[in-house]
Amino acid sequence: MADSCPYYRGLQILTDVCVGCSHCMRSCPTKALRVSGGKARLHLDWCIECSRCYQVCEHRAIKVMDDDFGNIFNYKYRILLVPMLFFSQFGDGIPQKTITDIIGDLGFTEVRAVEQGCDLVAEKLNEYIPDSTVRPVISTYCPSVIRLIQVRFPSLIMNLSPYIPPLEVTAQYVKRKYENAGIPSEEVGIFYVTPCVAKIASIKAPVGGYTTPVTGCINMDLLHDKVLLKYKRKDFKENGIKVSLEVSRNGMRWSTTRGEKHAMKKYINAMAIDGIGHVMEILEKTENDELDGVDFLELRACDESCSGGILVRGNRFQITADMHRKSESLPDKIPMLNEYRELCGDSMLLGKVEPRDVKRYGPDIDLAIKKMETVRKLRAELPGIDCGSCGAPSCEALAEDVVNGERTIENCIFMQLKYEKSGSLKVKNVVDIMEKIWGKKYDS
Amino acid sequence: MTLQFNVEGGDFARAGYASSQIKKILKEIGVDPDVIKHVVVALYEAEVNIVAHAYHGVITADIEKEGIRIVLDDAGPGIPDIPRAMERGYSTASPEVREMGFGAGMGLPNMKDNTDSLDIESVVGKGTKVTMYNKFE
Ligand SMILES: Nc1ncnc2c1ncn2[C@@H]1O[C@H](COP(=O)(O)OP(=O)(O)O)[C@@H](O)[C@H]1O
Ligand code: SF4
Ligand SMILES: [Mg+2]
Repeated sequence: MADSCPYYRGLQILTDVCVGCSHCMRSCPTKALRVSGGKARLHLDWCIECSRCYQVCEHRAIKVMDDDFGNIFNYKYRILLVPMLFFSQFGDGIPQKTITDIIGDLGFTEVRAVEQGCDLVAEKLNEYIPDSTVRPVISTYCPSVIRLIQVRFPSLIMNLSPYIPPLEVTAQYVKRKYENAGIPSEEVGIFYVTPCVAKIASIKAPVGGYTTPVTGCINMDLLHDKVLLKYKRKDFKENGIKVSLEVSRNGMRWSTTRGEKHAMKKYINAMAIDGIGHVMEILEKTENDELDGVDFLELRACDESCSGGILVRGNRFQITADMHRKSESLPDKIPMLNEYRELCGDSMLLGKVEPRDVKRYGPDIDLAIKKMETVRKLRAELPGIDCGSCGAPSCEALAEDVVNGERTIENCIFMQLKYEKSGSLKVKNVVDIMEKIWGKKYDS
Repeated sequence: MTLQFNVEGGDFARAGYASSQIKKILKEIGVDPDVIKHVVVALYEAEVNIVAHAYHGVITADIEKEGIRIVLDDAGPGIPDIPRAMERGYSTASPEVREMGFGAGMGLPNMKDNTDSLDIESVVGKGTKVTMYNKFE
């Protein structure tokens, strides 16, 4: 179950730190976690990298993978693509110019606002949506939402916008600019400062037929701390780092909730939803054709969108407010929009997105129906209180695991009592079963 | 696999329960999303018809390898002229029902469009039995 999965593993459970408290298991929106052997286990192909588990883990047993920072020095030109929210983490505390100087001092030769690509994406979407026969069109901005659709709502894959997200547009722009200057591509490293695991995964294991020009990711919390430390120690010099942080009003707001909605023309009826639970609710409605008249869905996995990304330092509400305030004085379009159109306009397509392991009971429908029937029978026997003592997040999940041969019905404490009473199970067996799930929690 | 649901006339809040349960099951056994969509649309309309026009009914769904057969058997006023009822836009829905956003007269035509076969038997004063079938392939 754990290691055979081809999908990128952005979150890792540190088994030596994990105490098997099951908090993560209870929080997972796709029910991808179980407890066994006293440790949390992740069913990788169901994971959508939303990071709810990371947020609820009190033991810091879930780690976000990161690239070695030193990798940047494998390239002569080291370009950092920064989301504008990076600067808002510092509030008014550190001037933007100082932050970019420190980024230069850390080794980057160029820093660019990742939201520069937003204007072109907005243009494309505003043209595409009115003509689309499939509605609502769903944004491809949040990779966690794309994964959720692949895993749980495959019928909505056709609703996904056909365009790459702004990050990829900006990355392409950079790549082409260096290409056009005659610089060999192996000398150019394009690094993205990520607010979340979902974006890391989207770069390491992109969906669609698209290949990303992004070389690697820098986790935002790590960069934030490096910058802050250098600032406090005054350990940096002015340097020649190339800075291009021009963004439009829409670009500045894009990563916040309603950012894309605001960039849509008046004739497009757009709806903006944040928070993974709300997103699932709206996808369910979309799947049932209950969203009459909605043309576009902006969906974000995190509460308060990317300001609430798990690698973002500082208060998400303050960060959003800061970006909205800054956006007010910004122009409608970036000054180099024409150049963006020229360099990226003809290569904005994401490519086909495939569904991901949606067949819970295998590819054979006949067998799947039989398994499903057994699941329903088992469920009727189980108490239905979703206590989690069996190491699965709900009675239904246990029933499914039993049918898939991953657990036994005796994992349920109520079934244990029943079997003990009928004499088919001894107390000693029960102790063994529980220790197999939760590990040794007491001396027996 | 056989599933059963009860439907009460007038209970608009719960209309759609059977179709969402069936949808969940079809998704989990891996039925083609397009087929699921058709089944859900047809079943939802049929469910609403019991709620809107009849007194109570039982929905029985049989899921097999080849497809799904759904029978909706209700006790109600029955349909006097079935071909007429099948016409697009034809509706006898009360003003109250219309006010709730139902009664556009598109239910039966939609059911026809979204199923591989649709069969309606009705006895005036007794009730209506709707049988629909969708193939999985
Ligand atoms: N189960 C039923 N029992 C009695 N009458 C029904 C039933 N289903 C449909 N009808 C009749 O057929 C008509 C057309 O149905 P339909 O196409 O679903 O439109 P609507 O429900 O919007 O009126 C209804 O107005 C009603 O007179
Ligand atoms: S809302 Fe933003 S930070 Fe959160 S998962 Fe989506 S892209 Fe990442
Ligand atoms: Mg109707």
